[in-house]
Amino acid sequence: MLRMLRFAAAAVVAFAVPFAAAKDREVSIGLQSPVTSMDPHYHNLSPNNSLLLHVYEPLILRDANMKFKPGLAASWRAIDDLTWEFKLRRNVKFHDGTPFTADDVVATYKRVPGVPNSPSSYATFVKQIVETKVVDPYTIIFKTAQPHVLLPSDLAAVYIVPKAVAEKATTEDFNSGKAAIGTGPYKFAEFVHNNRIVLKANYGYWGGEEPWDRITFKILSNSAARVAALLSGDVQMIETVPTSDIAKISADKNFSVADKVSNRVIYVHLNQWKAESAPFVTDKDGKPLAKNPFRDARVRKALSIAINRDAIAERIMEKRAIPAGQLLADSFFGTSRKLKPPKYDPEGAKKLLAEAGYPNGFAITIHGTNNRYINDDKIAQAIAQFYSRAGIQAKVETMPSSVYFNKATAGDFGYMLLGWGTESGEQGSAMRSLLATRDPDKGMGVNNRGRYSNPTFDKQLTDALFTMDEKKREGMLQQAAETVMNDTGLIAIHFEVSTWATAKGLKYTPRTDQYTLATDLKPTK
Amino acid sequence: MLAFTIRRLGQSVFVLVVMAFIVFIGVYAIGNPVELLVNPQADAAERARATAAMGLDKPLAEQFLAFLAGAVRGDLGRSFVFNVPAIQLIMDRLPATLELAAVAMVIAIVIGIPLGLIAGLKPHSVAGRSIMAGSILGFSLPTFWVGLVLIMVFSVQLGWLPPNGRGETVMLLGVPVSFLTADGLAHLAMPAINLALFKLSLLIRLTRAGTREALLQDYVKFARAKGLSSRRVIGVHVLKNILIPIVTVIGLELGSVIAFAIVTESIFAWPGTGKLLIDSINQLDRPVIVAYLLVIVTIFIAVNFLVDLVYSLLDPRVRLGQAAAAH
Repeated sequence: MLRMLRFAAAAVVAFAVPFAAAKDREVSIGLQSPVTSMDPHYHNLSPNNSLLLHVYEPLILRDANMKFKPGLAASWRAIDDLTWEFKLRRNVKFHDGTPFTADDVVATYKRVPGVPNSPSSYATFVKQIVETKVVDPYTIIFKTAQPHVLLPSDLAAVYIVPKAVAEKATTEDFNSGKAAIGTGPYKFAEFVHNNRIVLKANYGYWGGEEPWDRITFKILSNSAARVAALLSGDVQMIETVPTSDIAKISADKNFSVADKVSNRVIYVHLNQWKAESAPFVTDKDGKPLAKNPFRDARVRKALSIAINRDAIAERIMEKRAIPAGQLLADSFFGTSRKLKPPKYDPEGAKKLLAEAGYPNGFAITIHGTNNRYINDDKIAQAIAQFYSRAGIQAKVETMPSSVYFNKATAGDFGYMLLGWGTESGEQGSAMRSLLATRDPDKGMGVNNRGRYSNPTFDKQLTDALFTMDEKKREGMLQQAAETVMNDTGLIAIHFEVSTWATAKGLKYTPRTDQYTLATDLKPTK
Repeated sequence: MLAFTIRRLGQSVFVLVVMAFIVFIGVYAIGNPVELLVNPQADAAERARATAAMGLDKPLAEQFLAFLAGAVRGDLGRSFVFNVPAIQLIMDRLPATLELAAVAMVIAIVIGIPLGLIAGLKPHSVAGRSIMAGSILGFSLPTFWVGLVLIMVFSVQLGWLPPNGRGETVMLLGVPVSFLTADGLAHLAMPAINLALFKLSLLIRLTRAGTREALLQDYVKFARAKGLSSRRVIGVHVLKNILIPIVTVIGLELGSVIAFAIVTESIFAWPGTGKLLIDSINQLDRPVIVAYLLVIVTIFIAVNFLVDLVYSLLDPRVRLGQAAAAH
């Protein structure tokens, strides 16, 4: 009996030691949103792009502030307005051992537009390229039909796979792991839909050794469950800490919270589709107004300065938001330092409304989502209260995003609370999508749900978008931003701040693109 | 018996088709999945391409007929979001949900019926009163709150049980099950108890009420007068007679536990179908919603059929349809 016990104890020790050692280089991370596929060209969705960046890499990577840094391309430059030259990194191997060359890039870009059944394609990122020339295995030249300054930004979104995979693999092959071959710091180990993704280290990674042997990403959509998993030690890091738990977790010495301003702005579109009326906008007795008040810049400005952005950021967002006066925070390309968040001024708002011919205000309904952005329904409620102080009668109606976005796009709402994450990291593309006069075939104003239109601004923006010189373009974008924000083309409320919580002994370097990357998670000792 | 089964089958197919149609209309009325799935930066051409890829450019009637044609061949369509067959997505998760539901029902039955009997036999004793008070708690505490409290106590404070996920599985008759491994049981305990709590209280109350009623019946008094042991009176005369309503409720509740374990599944990140359904509804992933509801309705129909069979075993007066009676 005693011998058996001793044997059992020895066995436990024998097993326990290597297990514990391995444990040190393992980490589990709780994610909020499901990753829908391991195919890097199937579904252009932020959680996919974030997770897949562990396995695959684009030509150009981005640092924590979304600034470009060399990825699979060692360098790149525009030779003229229509020609770009990319020098590829040498001595990079895919996970299956094949060396990375220009042929893989060509094959990947060829695959992208044709992925079957893709609900959101990456084709937008490569369609500007009309001609590709492979000069040698490590030099590649792209030609575009018109000057396309965002080419580096576009190519930063397309992850490269080996030629053999690009030519044959289906989305299923990626999900099963058979084709999930990239150049990234981690290799595919397991993918279970809406449950977990397991990755293991790629020891031959060109960028040097990573701190983890094995990472498990668990999909924990319920925020209370995500916090509980962190507190119980089941995962060592979570993303998107619920605002109500931030104070508690920060105070606990076993955990720390990292945060960073994101590329997402919460804003309001005002319906300017028709000159004579806007949906849900009436006088205070419910009778229609003589004309659409949102077409008057004074009214738009009044609606903007009647919102106390500081109070929303402070109280509703528990300081995890930064009041906004444009579409991206100051650190991003093309933003103007002159555009501060408008000061809260209910009296000034009343005066502007009186000047515009509404001394008694009017009545609106604020429409918003209740499951899409952080505290979206509470923000809508708060805005309604601020408006009542400025003499505008506001009702609030919020709904799930599955119902909301169709109606918002169809112009069914008058006052729409929305959010926008600028994936390119430069204000030009945000203004182009949200504020340019709508012309979807040219890609202008695709998400201009308010149908704001300002020819002066359109001209400034278009000129900037076709200017290849970085310095010059930045100045032109700033000028366009000043024009449109001073005209209150939309009402920017705040920038969301993303949050991550880590267990003791770990440090996370937060990012502005809201990605959760294990490569930015390091042990402190 | 055969005629009964055939008639049941006919009704079931009709129910399935009607249900699929209602879901089609319903999802269509809510909104357009393209709006949610396509990247917001996409231009008009990309939107048109995505709409066509999902087959949403065709008229609704045509989409429905195409779905029916596929369904007859056993193809319920591919998920818009995941691009895998919807039925595969569901079948990957169904074992987890069925296991959770079955374990929860077993807990509810094994604990609920005896406790209900005690409470019914001795309604004024301390035990009887405590059981009833406990059942009120089980009824009134919201599932998500109890789930979180369980996690807080047993995972965060005590560290005894894992807070989420499903444990190690082994294959049993080709189906992955987790209740045969220690790790699996540890993961299963809290979600199963959480899910069982409401059903447990329900069964306690139902059994108690039935017992109290049966005790007043003449046949029980007569059995006692005959000098039968109290064990036999309770086991045969009382329990067997109150089982019919209990079996009905168990049948109904089993169906609802399978179909709507959503809250428990999301709190414990249990990889079951309830979570899949909620996510699919939020993303308007119609093929998955339709396929899921079809599977669930089929399960409901099967469970009800079994309940009818059990009736006839419990109560010789119950006959399954006229054809059976004629034999």
